Amino acid sequence: MIKAVMMMNTQGKPRLAKFYDYMPVEKQQELIRGVFSVLCSRPENVSNFLEIESLFGPDSRLVYKHYATLYFVLVFDGSENELAMLDLIQVLVETLDKCFSNVCELDIVFNYSKMHAVLDEIVFGGQVLETSSAEVMKAVEEISKLEAASNSISLVPKSVSGWRGR
Amino acid sequence: MEQLKTIGRELAMGSQGGFGQSKEFLDLVKSIGEARSKAEEDRIVLSEIDILKRRLLEPDIPKRKMKEYIIRLVYIEMLGHDASFGYIHAVKMTHDDNLLLKRTGYLAVTLFLNEDHDLIILIVNTIQKDLRSDNFLVVCAALNAICRLINEETIPAVLPQVVELLNHQKEAVRKKAIMALHRFHRKSPSSVSHLITNFRKRLCDNDPGVMGATLCPLFDLISEDVSSYKDLVSSFVSILKQVTERRLPKSYDYHQMPAPFIQIKLLKIMALLGSGDKNASEIMSMVLGDLFRKCDSSTNIGNAILYECIRCISCILPNPKLLEAAADAISKFLKSDSHNLKYMGIDGLGRLIKISPDIAEQHQLAVIDCLEDPDDTLKRKTFELLYKMTKSSNVEVIVDRMIDYMISINDNHYKTEIASRCVELAEQFAPSNQWFIQIMNKVFEHAGDLVNIKVAHNLMRLIAEGFGEDDDDADSKLRLSAVESYLQLISEPKLPSLFLQVISWVLGEYGTADGKYSASYISGKLCDVADAYSSDETVKGYAVSALMKIYAFEIASGRKVDVLPECQSLIEELLASHSTDLQQRAYELQALLALDARAVEGILPLDASCEDIEVDKDLSFLNGYIQQAIESGAQPYISERERSGMFETTDYHPQDHHEVPSHALRFEAYELPKPSGPPQASNELVPVPEPSYYSESHQPISTSLVSERESSEIKLRLDGVKQKWGRPSYQSTTSSSSTTQQAANGTPTYSDAGVGSSSSKPRSSYEPKKPEIDPEKQRLAASLFGGSSSRTDKKSTSGGHKPAKGTVNKPAAVPKENQTPVQPPPDLLDLGEPTATTVTAMDPFKELEGLLDSSSQDGGSSDVMGLYSDAAPVTTTTSVDSLLSELSDSSKGNPRTYQSQTSKGPNTKEALEKDALVRQMGVNPTSQNPTLFKDLLG
Repeated sequence: MIKAVMMMNTQGKPRLAKFYDYMPVEKQQELIRGVFSVLCSRPENVSNFLEIESLFGPDSRLVYKHYATLYFVLVFDGSENELAMLDLIQVLVETLDKCFSNVCELDIVFNYSKMHAVLDEIVFGGQVLETSSAEVMKAVEEISKLEAASNSISLVPKSVSGWRGR
Repeated sequence: MEQLKTIGRELAMGSQGGFGQSKEFLDLVKSIGEARSKAEEDRIVLSEIDILKRRLLEPDIPKRKMKEYIIRLVYIEMLGHDASFGYIHAVKMTHDDNLLLKRTGYLAVTLFLNEDHDLIILIVNTIQKDLRSDNFLVVCAALNAICRLINEETIPAVLPQVVELLNHQKEAVRKKAIMALHRFHRKSPSSVSHLITNFRKRLCDNDPGVMGATLCPLFDLISEDVSSYKDLVSSFVSILKQVTERRLPKSYDYHQMPAPFIQIKLLKIMALLGSGDKNASEIMSMVLGDLFRKCDSSTNIGNAILYECIRCISCILPNPKLLEAAADAISKFLKSDSHNLKYMGIDGLGRLIKISPDIAEQHQLAVIDCLEDPDDTLKRKTFELLYKMTKSSNVEVIVDRMIDYMISINDNHYKTEIASRCVELAEQFAPSNQWFIQIMNKVFEHAGDLVNIKVAHNLMRLIAEGFGEDDDDADSKLRLSAVESYLQLISEPKLPSLFLQVISWVLGEYGTADGKYSASYISGKLCDVADAYSSDETVKGYAVSALMKIYAFEIASGRKVDVLPECQSLIEELLASHSTDLQQRAYELQALLALDARAVEGILPLDASCEDIEVDKDLSFLNGYIQQAIESGAQPYISERERSGMFETTDYHPQDHHEVPSHALRFEAYELPKPSGPPQASNELVPVPEPSYYSESHQPISTSLVSERESSEIKLRLDGVKQKWGRPSYQSTTSSSSTTQQAANGTPTYSDAGVGSSSSKPRSSYEPKKPEIDPEKQRLAASLFGGSSSRTDKKSTSGGHKPAKGTVNKPAAVPKENQTPVQPPPDLLDLGEPTATTVTAMDPFKELEGLLDSSSQDGGSSDVMGLYSDAAPVTTTTSVDSLLSELSDSSKGNPRTYQSQTSKGPNTKEALEKDALVRQMGVNPTSQNPTLFKDLLG
């Protein structure tokens, strides 16, 4: 089972954190900081795996991937395969890339709820739900379409005029 | 300009999905992104919290604004600040009809609330309603929320609807319903136990995605109870077959692999089902063989599947062909440049050597490369592998390496782990006692504050008990070597407290034992310890007790004792100590110095620390005294039972104490220890646990006693070890016979193995072949892998594979043996045939308990000195010391963090070279095998 998904930038600022078992806020922060301090001390060109039992308890592994200014981190237990988890990060990033066409850190910051929507399609309650980025895209687009339809009249003009006013 | 860019970005995003945000939020994110310090960030967030608090109080907030506020709350909480003031608004938002708002609401509550939060009750109703919605996206959102927000009590409220959704027409809903049900199963298996047949049904779902999702709960169910799912073996195998034959829709391909995640899950399930099941394993072997052929090892996901195959093969009963394929895959992993693959290779190797131990030999150099890799993760994995393949022949190299690594790292968690592994390996496989003590010294020196206190007690016990009743000479040599090593170490600055306790105890008990060191020398050292660590009362206590023993031995042997001035001042200082324990020890020492030789010998006989305590439970030695008292008119003693018979309420107390042993003193006596020797006279002062210790310690005394007894399996397994160390290898017959066998057919197998320098070959044959390999590394390899012959380890799970390996390296050693008549280092403590192990069968703690008990029953004769002057046969062992230290240790608040001294430690290179040399000689110092010499001499 997947215990947590985290994205943080290279300065250690969390960009997205989702824990599949409840953690109090302080604990979450502690874990994010702990993970970051381990990650930033890793040299280049080493493996993407980390043993992280000191933070997440026994039988927990961590897989991370470094993209530009972002770390993508998955924490999971022994019932998952490390290499497959590495590919799951790849799936996630590929999907985000399709979503935002050339995803960058800002996209993730500003599209917080969409990020969660994508993630929820891929990982559901700690289990890998879907691994085809096309399928995920389809689901996410369906959601945005419906959402857009349900408030297109009220939202779009307002926001545009809001920007013009600045 | 910057702002223009941002605006452009915003517009672009607005068109992408309609998640537009206000300038305020964008500014917040931006300012947090630009914050230079944590304090600045906190300030920004706190002012944002203020703003939000005010805004949320405003009446009639437009829904769109509200949605943004909630996103901002989520953002704040992600940054580690409390946003609980806005939770209720998120809950309200889930009630909204607008899908976007509802989803935002659900997102926020799943991130904010845990399943036991008070607000959940307000959401359950909404979830119920949403599960019945016609809009499948609403249903999905609700299912998503269920996974996080429903606890055991609320499961029944939504369960019927979730089960219904298992047959929903949309596969996305079916998939999520299965996951939700799985989640219920994890939370409370009993609540859904009648529904698990649904998982089986969904396995046949038309949609591969749903089928794949069903594998998750099935994996959990099968790992709980393998036997009831055996019938599914063929189904899983046929699904896997279909997947590998690309029968699934193209959309499930990932990097040209058909549905790799489903394959991996299936392989994991098959590993569970096939373990120890010959039939199932046979059914699986076909498809596994196919997978090895089809897997594309150029992609990451292909390797993931290969690794999963290796894992599966290591679990089931594989046929030789599969094993070979797995070994090939592992060697590909290990030869790869990718650290990830090396990691997987090492992991796979660790799994496979359980089945075929000889596979490691082909990869020895790769393993050593990994050991020297800068990647910490890989290094640790490799240590794990080495730990698994440790045996008596390579334990020295492996433990040395582990200790070097242990010294080099700062991560306390891993340091603790590796220290405990070192201790475990050393206890299990130690080739000699000196070595064992050296290793323990190193572990204590560098990780003393991290190791379990029992390790220290075991070490003391080992030194005290020695290794054979009939060989006192060996024991005293062992003790001397321990004393010598401690005298060297003792002047090191900043030793861990636990280690100092061991040192003090050993010096006190055996420092002057064989006359090499004078009493004044040892006592001077002990005083130095007490001075240097004046803040550590436990160490001081140990040092004073040790001083007491030294003086007692001096007095008893009739020599004149001159107390060193620094000792005298130490005693005087402690006489006024705030610690009553130290004070008492000091008073006892002072009193002892005034006694004559005979009395002192009665109190502290030489080397009696592991003698049994004979507890006179009836206190019969007091009979005369009691008689006298009664004659002079005293009331006879009424036992507690008789007294409690009068008051019914007191009846309960003994029982209460019995049932709640963890937080109270136990008053009833333990059963009498079985006397296993002649009754001993009193031999040591009893350092009765001081009240201060009780109050200081976090645990009541009974807890530690109980836990001590319960965890006795952790203690040093002396009996097994003894057999290991003393006896010549019990494989002598098989190994000698297989030597010839191996000489005949062994070499070809190694030459085609690729990695040329298998240690089993004569050195001369591989050295010219692979000149580029560092000879140092080869030696290491030889010492790690070469000695596989004398595998006399307890952990051997290899069964039949072992003898076949034989003493591969021994024939090669014959000529060298003749050239250099270097004798193997005489093993002082190799005692030949094991002697009957008469480890004292009794638990000293039991006796201590008995001791306390009997003295308390006596009705207040707790005056310990008084007992002694009556020459009471009340004795104590070292365990009293250790008990005290355990109590006080648990009470110590701040364990000192010990800076590792990398400059210290042994010269690894030399040690390795020496070790390799010894091994090349083919003579294993651990097993002086008579048949081996027969071989050598023709």
